[in-house]
Formats: sequence, C-alpha cells, structure tokens
Amino acid sequence: MKALLIRDLRLATRAGGGFGLALAFFLIVCTLVPFGVGPEGGTLSRIAPGILWVGALLSCLLSLDRIFALDFEDGSLDLLATAPLPLEGAVAIKAFAHWLVTGLPLALSAPVFGLLLHLPGPAYPWLVASLVLGTPALSMLGAFGAAVTVGLRRGGLLLSLLVLPLYVPTLIFGAEAVRRGAAGADPVVPLVFLAAITLATLALAPFAAAAALRVNLR
Amino acid sequence: MSIWEYANPVKFMRISGAILPWVVAGAAICTVAGLVWGFLTPQDYKQGSTVKIIFLHVPAALMAINIWLMMLVTSLIWLVRRHHVSALAAKAAAPVGAVMTLIALITGAIWGQPMWGTWWEWDPRLTSFLILFLFYLGYMALWGAVENPDSAADLTGVLCLVGSVFALLSRYAVNFWNQGLHQGASLSLAPGERMAAVYRYPLYLTMLGFFLLFLALLLIRTRTEIRRRRLAALLARENLA
Repeated sequence: MKALLIRDLRLATRAGGGFGLALAFFLIVCTLVPFGVGPEGGTLSRIAPGILWVGALLSCLLSLDRIFALDFEDGSLDLLATAPLPLEGAVAIKAFAHWLVTGLPLALSAPVFGLLLHLPGPAYPWLVASLVLGTPALSMLGAFGAAVTVGLRRGGLLLSLLVLPLYVPTLIFGAEAVRRGAAGADPVVPLVFLAAITLATLALAPFAAAAALRVNLR
Repeated sequence: MSIWEYANPVKFMRISGAILPWVVAGAAICTVAGLVWGFLTPQDYKQGSTVKIIFLHVPAALMAINIWLMMLVTSLIWLVRRHHVSALAAKAAAPVGAVMTLIALITGAIWGQPMWGTWWEWDPRLTSFLILFLFYLGYMALWGAVENPDSAADLTGVLCLVGSVFALLSRYAVNFWNQGLHQGASLSLAPGERMAAVYRYPLYLTMLGFFLLFLALLLIRTRTEIRRRRLAALLARENLA
C-alpha cells in the first residue's frame, strides 16, 4: 500500500505528471470571475464562498481521469487487480494520492485566492477547514467516476456529467459553512454534515469504484 | 412457479406481447378520460384555471421518482441474479423517466409563472428534480458510451446504486440550503390538508393513466431492446459462419 502511494505521488510530482495544474486552474477561475461580475468588493465578497468552492470542485475534476487512465493504458492496473492487495484498497490509496496532490494543496492555498476575491476576514479558517474536510470526498467520488469511465474513448466529458451531480451535497455543505463563517454565524453544523458525507464516502465508495474497475478490466 | 420465470426472455416476450394491447388501451382511456375530466373541473378560487396543470404535473412528478426507484430495483436484480431482461428494463425505463422529470419541471414552470411570479425558483423540490434530471442524463449517457452490452449493464447498475444514494442525499441537503416555496404533499391523508374531491378523483385517474402509460412504454421499449439483442446475436453468428 505504501509502495503504491509513493509510486503514485512520484508519478504525479515528476515532469509531465500535471502537479500544480489544478492550482493554476483554480487561480485562473478566481481571476476570471471578477472580469465576469465586475470588480466591486461588496459583490465579490458576497459570492466569494461559492466561487471558491465551485472553483475547488472544478479544479479537482480536471485531474480525475488521470487516476486510472494511464495505469489502464500501460497495463499496470491489471497487475494491481491481480496483486494480493484488495482492489478496494488500491482504489482508496489512489484516491488518497489524488487528494494529496490536488485537494490538500487547494485547501492550503485557498486563503490566498480568498484574498483575491475579498473573502470576509472571519471566514478564512472555515474555508480551509471545510476544504480539508470536503475535498477527500471529491477525490473519492472522482475515483468512482474515473473507474466507471476508464475504458471509454470519450470518457472525459462523460466523467464530468457523472461526477458533478454526485458533488452536490458536498458543495452545499462546504459552501454553506464558509458562508456562515463569513456572516459571523456558527458554521459547525454544516461542517459536521460535510464530515459525515466525507466519512461515509470514504467508507463506501471504494467498493463501488472497485466493482466498476473489475467490470472494465474483464 | 415463481416470478423469476418471467426473467426468461422468451416467456417475457410472449406474456408482454399478450398484455401490451390491454395496457396501451388502459393507458389511453385513463389518461384521456382523466385529463378531460380534469379540464372540466371548476376553476380554483385562488389559482383560477392554472389549477388544471396539476393533472399533468403531479402524475409526471410521481412517475419521475418511481421510475428511478424501479431502475434501482431492476439494477439490483441484474447485479445479483444476472437476468438480462432486468437490465434491459432499466435501460428502457431511463428515457421515459427523464421525459417525466422534464414534464414535471416544465409544467411546474408554466404554473409558477402566474402563481409565484417566476419561471424558476431555487426551491428545494425544484432543485432536487433538476438534480434527478441530471442523474437520468448521466445514466443514459453511460449506457450510450459503453460498447459491450454486459459491461454497460454492470456499470450503469453500479452508477444507479451510487446515484440513488446521492440523489436522496441531495434531496435533503437542499432543504438545508434554501427554504421552500413549493407546497407540501399534494395527496396528504390528513383531512384538513386534503384537496377537494372535485380535483382529487380526476387526479387519481390521471395518476393511474400515467402509470399505465409508463408500463406500456416500458414494455414496448424492453421488447425492442430484446429484439435488438437477438438481432445482434444473429449478426454475430452470421459473421462467424
């Protein structure tokens, strides 16, 4: 398991792995939004929680197909499937690696992007907390979507159509927590719901993803 | 004699062929009679003639949810017992369900414009129906994208299971996110909240009609899918020879 994690992290961080692409995409989204809605600070700080969460979600989506596609093409996924490690475990580890290279950097750098969008002061800790709690679910659900679409030629668009509706609850609770934080209200309730969704997803989605992978490797 | 006998495609084709004309006739009679009866009901004192939209809106919404439920059950049967008719029935039901969802959304918008003063409101019920529609779209797109029919059935089955969980989760999550404008259940059993009998009985009739309509479309589409499978098998045999 550790070897697989280290291998995935190495592949992602070395040349051509696309590490940091998600962050760059997030930066572009946060740059484009003020062009679209106008530079007034009041408007921006009102919509900042939602923009930050939607931006994080989209940049997470961007790199999902890499979770399994390359391994499927060169056959290492078949090796993983026949390895003594259960496929569910391999899926969970690969999702975790995806989170380490996209979700975690996004969560940690989100305050900088919050500054760009005039996010109100009290919301910053809650922004980081909600992203740290919510992005693992995004990676895990994304791994499920990637497992379903791995063998398909036109998988990319289909992947987003399948995965984005699954992101709805996470987005609702995550953005709500930040919005409450920005308004000075108590954001603990949505955070608890968010954590519940993430934990349930981490517990159950590997089985669905592994089932889909087995079908595609058949 | 058990229900699993009907999973045999030959038997399914025979029986569905025999009952199909009756189902079509029943659907036509109930839907037409219910809609005409509904159209002749008196105008509501608050809503005017727009109250008549309910005879399309509520049955379509009811079917939209129950068709997904039916797809969930047939997907489970396919994943557990590998009956092909079951998987094909789920595939056949999805477009019907998507259209029912669309009908519910569009009639709701037509009703909402004069009543709420808006075509669309980000109300929990409306939003969860939109999300349900997206799930239908994804499900159908996945069926269309996978070439091997058995893999397609497996993948869409798993997607249907996961989608059901998240559709339900979204249904309650949106409650948290916005307060509702939509009225409560249309067919509450509590006496005070009940609709007047003038509207209720035609509504029951259209609900039955929409159910029969769905059944008829489902049988026709499943029969088409089975025939398509047979054709593919024949062609494959032809190519081998």
